[in-house]
Amino acid sequence: MDNLLSIVTFMPTLAALILAVFLRGNDEASQRNAKWVALIATTVTFLLSLFILAGFDTSETGFQFVEERDWVFGMKYRMGVDGISVLFVILNTALMPLVILSCWNVKDRTKEYMIAFLVLESLMTGVFCALDMVLFYVFYEGSLIPMFLIIGIWGGDRRVYAAFKFFLYTFFGSVFMLVGMVAMYIEVGTTCIGACGPETVGLLQHEFATGTFDILGVHVIGGMQTLLWLAFFISFAVKMPMWPVHTWLPDAHVQAPTGGSIVLAAVLLKLGGYGFLRFSLPMFPVGTKLMEPLVFWISAIAIVYTSLVALVQKDMKKVIAYSSVAHMGYATMGIFAANKQGVDGAIFQMLSHGFISGALFLCVGVVYDRMHTREISAYGGLINRMPAFALVFMFFTMANAGLPGTSGFVGEFLTLMGIFLDNTWVAFVASTGLILSAAYGLWLYRRVMLGDLIKESLKTIGDMNLREKAVFAPLVAITLVLGVYPALVTDVIGASVDALLADNDAALAEFMPELALAETDSH
Amino acid sequence: MESIILFAPLAGSLVAGFLWKPLGERAAKWISTGLVILACFFSWIIFFGFDGTAYTVEIARWIDSGSMMGDWAIRIDRLTAIMLVVITSVSALVHVYSFGYMAHDENFREGEESYRPRFFSFLSLFTFAMLTLVTADNLVQLFFGWEGVGLASYLLIGFYFRKPSAGAAAMKAFIINRIGDFAFLLGIFALFFLTDSVQFDTIFEQAAELGETQIGFLWTDWNAANLAAFLLFVGAMGKSAQLLLHTWLPDAMEGPTPVSALIHAATMVTAGVFLICRMSPVMEYAPETMGFVTFIGATTAFFAATVGLVQTDIKRVIAYSTCSQLGYMFVAAGVGMYPAAMFHLFTHAFFKALLFLGAGSVITAMHHEQDMMNYGGLRKKLPYTFWAMMIGTLAITGVGIPLTHIGFAGFLSKDAIIESAWAGGGAMAPYAFWMLVIAAAMTSFYSWRLMFLTFWGSPRGDRRRHDHAHESPAVMTVPLAVLAVGAILAGMLWYGPFFGDHDQVAAFFGMPHQGAEAHGQIGSVFFGPENTVLADAHAAPVWVRVSPFVAMAAGLVLAWQMYLRRPDLPGRLARNQAPLYRFLLNKWYFDELYEHAVVRPTMKFGRFLWNRGDRTVIDGTVRGVATAFIPYLARLAGRAQSGYIFHYAFAMVLGIAVLLTWLVLAGGAE
Repeated sequence: MDNLLSIVTFMPTLAALILAVFLRGNDEASQRNAKWVALIATTVTFLLSLFILAGFDTSETGFQFVEERDWVFGMKYRMGVDGISVLFVILNTALMPLVILSCWNVKDRTKEYMIAFLVLESLMTGVFCALDMVLFYVFYEGSLIPMFLIIGIWGGDRRVYAAFKFFLYTFFGSVFMLVGMVAMYIEVGTTCIGACGPETVGLLQHEFATGTFDILGVHVIGGMQTLLWLAFFISFAVKMPMWPVHTWLPDAHVQAPTGGSIVLAAVLLKLGGYGFLRFSLPMFPVGTKLMEPLVFWISAIAIVYTSLVALVQKDMKKVIAYSSVAHMGYATMGIFAANKQGVDGAIFQMLSHGFISGALFLCVGVVYDRMHTREISAYGGLINRMPAFALVFMFFTMANAGLPGTSGFVGEFLTLMGIFLDNTWVAFVASTGLILSAAYGLWLYRRVMLGDLIKESLKTIGDMNLREKAVFAPLVAITLVLGVYPALVTDVIGASVDALLADNDAALAEFMPELALAETDSH
Repeated sequence: MESIILFAPLAGSLVAGFLWKPLGERAAKWISTGLVILACFFSWIIFFGFDGTAYTVEIARWIDSGSMMGDWAIRIDRLTAIMLVVITSVSALVHVYSFGYMAHDENFREGEESYRPRFFSFLSLFTFAMLTLVTADNLVQLFFGWEGVGLASYLLIGFYFRKPSAGAAAMKAFIINRIGDFAFLLGIFALFFLTDSVQFDTIFEQAAELGETQIGFLWTDWNAANLAAFLLFVGAMGKSAQLLLHTWLPDAMEGPTPVSALIHAATMVTAGVFLICRMSPVMEYAPETMGFVTFIGATTAFFAATVGLVQTDIKRVIAYSTCSQLGYMFVAAGVGMYPAAMFHLFTHAFFKALLFLGAGSVITAMHHEQDMMNYGGLRKKLPYTFWAMMIGTLAITGVGIPLTHIGFAGFLSKDAIIESAWAGGGAMAPYAFWMLVIAAAMTSFYSWRLMFLTFWGSPRGDRRRHDHAHESPAVMTVPLAVLAVGAILAGMLWYGPFFGDHDQVAAFFGMPHQGAEAHGQIGSVFFGPENTVLADAHAAPVWVRVSPFVAMAAGLVLAWQMYLRRPDLPGRLARNQAPLYRFLLNKWYFDELYEHAVVRPTMKFGRFLWNRGDRTVIDGTVRGVATAFIPYLARLAGRAQSGYIFHYAFAMVLGIAVLLTWLVLAGGAE
């Protein structure tokens, strides 16, 4: 299959079109049909995406499943995956059927809701597969829209505020990226990222200028690379989100419906981290090196700051939202440590966080569906009536706190190790997240689950039903499997990460001999 | 066989946890217990059959990233073999005991889903985690077990989930352990940074170099061996409840008593001691850290003993006693006498589990009354329990014939530690020696106080509880009997291999060369070239060797005087010395200190960051910047009812596309 990536990418859109064109009415039957169509489409997409994994050559460092076609305005439509992106595609396709299942109780505009998720899935897969800068941008920005709608239409009481906050923050970031992209095109003369054919030098191969120059009286060391790095950094940092541009996330999470929260935390945030790996690190190695301390400290502050804030929240979803910011701090730190353990760990952390945070938002969804409140103080003693849920929630709380044996540990361990090799202060500060994540997680668990069941309103609450168990089962399985045998991930990403780091080292060795010296003894 | 030892408890845990409904509760309990007994049986085979040569059974790859390779493996050497028998034996006995102890529990209502299979499942899960800890051949797997036992401990402390105090204690235990683990992780990173490996063998080979290497960490450069050893020891302080990180252990008594015996006395809390012994090749090149270990151990032994003097909750007395005895073990490790530390770990497992399970038997008989002030005169009603506790007390206080090797288990192992402390080098050793001797007197006092208050005198408190008190069933008394045999004999039987002459110890711990040449050879423990503590300890003068006995006798006489002859004395003393009494009763005010100095400021800081940081500064700034757009936004927001929102979305798509293409084309034109 030469166009497998396109099929996987656009399969959900096809289903969305079918829904839009053929499904009429909003009675119960058509609602059910919409959900089933969406579920089948996402499941088929997932199964097809497994063929990508099956056909993926893990020893190959370049792009695979490459497609190239003519597109509008003389631009090319280029798709392809390498070790860094392929697992994000799988993360996305694997979670979507579970998201659809978790939305099974939605009554309001079900068809449109399903369409939004299906389109969103296509766009996010597209981001990870795009090998052309413009295509990447279209997918990247496009994914804002369905998410905006999901929050703005199906969200909670303050949905409009949250939706706009989400949109404006991320859009603000993207403007800088757009400017950066234009500048890159002007310099290189192509928008092709990689696998551009024999005669074109793609963006990944191009060496961006590093000559120092002055702009508005400011002495820019690293020149063009530093400026471009900053332009992309603003966009990805908002998306990730990094402190201090993270405040849109808690609001978006709290207002978004459960399915929206899952997608947001599990996949959408990863677009930022993926962007760092695809653009910042390989294209602007000098800029990266120069700005490394900034990222380190922002990440370390994010971990401590947001963990402390998570500790004092009164809303369950906010605890998990702030926890997400903290966990993404490990990822950014690992990426910019730019060594094997750091980058391996960062990718692992992003994948693992996708499953774990998704599951935690699902957990909130389970009790929200029953009680229609996310106030922690409205709960207490749920373990008495919900033993199965108590087990699942405990499992993911511990996974979120990085308990060894779950996937949460591997990512945190490797990223912290990576950063320790580079900067022990940052490692020291960031490692306190280990204590804090246990504190806010267990504190939340204790208030919601433990104790006697006193509140009258909770006396009849029921345990998870079969559908809910079916949603959690695969998440538990993958969290355990990746925690016990993480080689499933590290083997796939290994060759590409090695190549990325080798190029990075080479680039630094060429441009910054004095800085590269410190790098050569990296582990 | 090694794999069966490791995985049988895991299988038992899963069966008891998930399959008890189809299998039936009884079958599930027996399967999990049977599998642990099987593991126990194989462990003793390994223990006796082990010839001193370490070997490793590879299981699977685990974390593998560049040169960072931590695999799943089972490493068998003498240290592991000792831990295997301790863990599986106590675990098997506790499983059996729990049949009786957990049969009826007032914390659970009739007609609810049964709590018993869950309890057995957690016990087996703990056993599995503890076994992965001691069989690790690298630091990362050790850390897996380390945190795994923390999880099991959390689950079991919080087992009575309806009690708010249990939930709080469980959380406290996990978080304080995490503080230790934070340092432990940094220690692993430091060793990886230095040796490019997390494998024990690779690290040990480079240990001597570490002693000569500097490493930059935080603000300055450190001696590499000292830094790594220090960070690992902070981890050990958390797990083994040493001073500063000890506050979770007394609270952990919220868990059911079998849990206290297994996890919070015999096995998990000794993991820190095991870690120091396991890392002895690095420790030997870290003299400053070793001094710190000795200091913390000695101070903890003293501190916990003083607090134990005045507690009235029977389980808390034993908990502080555990804390104190762990201090002894750390002193032994700190002066470089790892075999003595392991010896005490080994004997302590028997007599402390015995004391806890005995206490559990008393508590069951007294209908979950734990205050010793409401006991008294139980000797007649609980004869088996009384004799079991008696043997445990004789063992922990160290009763034996001075200057011989005849005595209860604690007599031999505790004396070994005190002699080692006397013989140890370094500035801390004399301090440790005196602290330990004083602590020995206090140990004797509080242990006999416990016995006298519980079993002698006349019944106090609720009359009906005393009337209904009766001896526990055989499933509970038989484990007591087995442990009692261990508490009597373990010291005498294994004195030679643990603390005999040099050849015996070297052979037992698998050092490749015997005699004087054993120095500098990495066995399962390692003596540095300058470590002569073993020989020096055997040359200790008579007064040193009889000092623990004298201390023990003094404590016994004082307890007898205060609690049997003059029962009015303790009350008067408490009144006369009220400030001191309150200081001890409130455990030196550590909990209050942490509450005010750490917990509340942290929460306050969190609220500050949220209200001032996120809301005022960040959102406020953004709002300020966006003021120009607010009329526009407000109009949008006002009209953005769900129907219209699609229009805006569509407009955005168009906007992006137009902007994008225009920019790209314009850029292309240049």
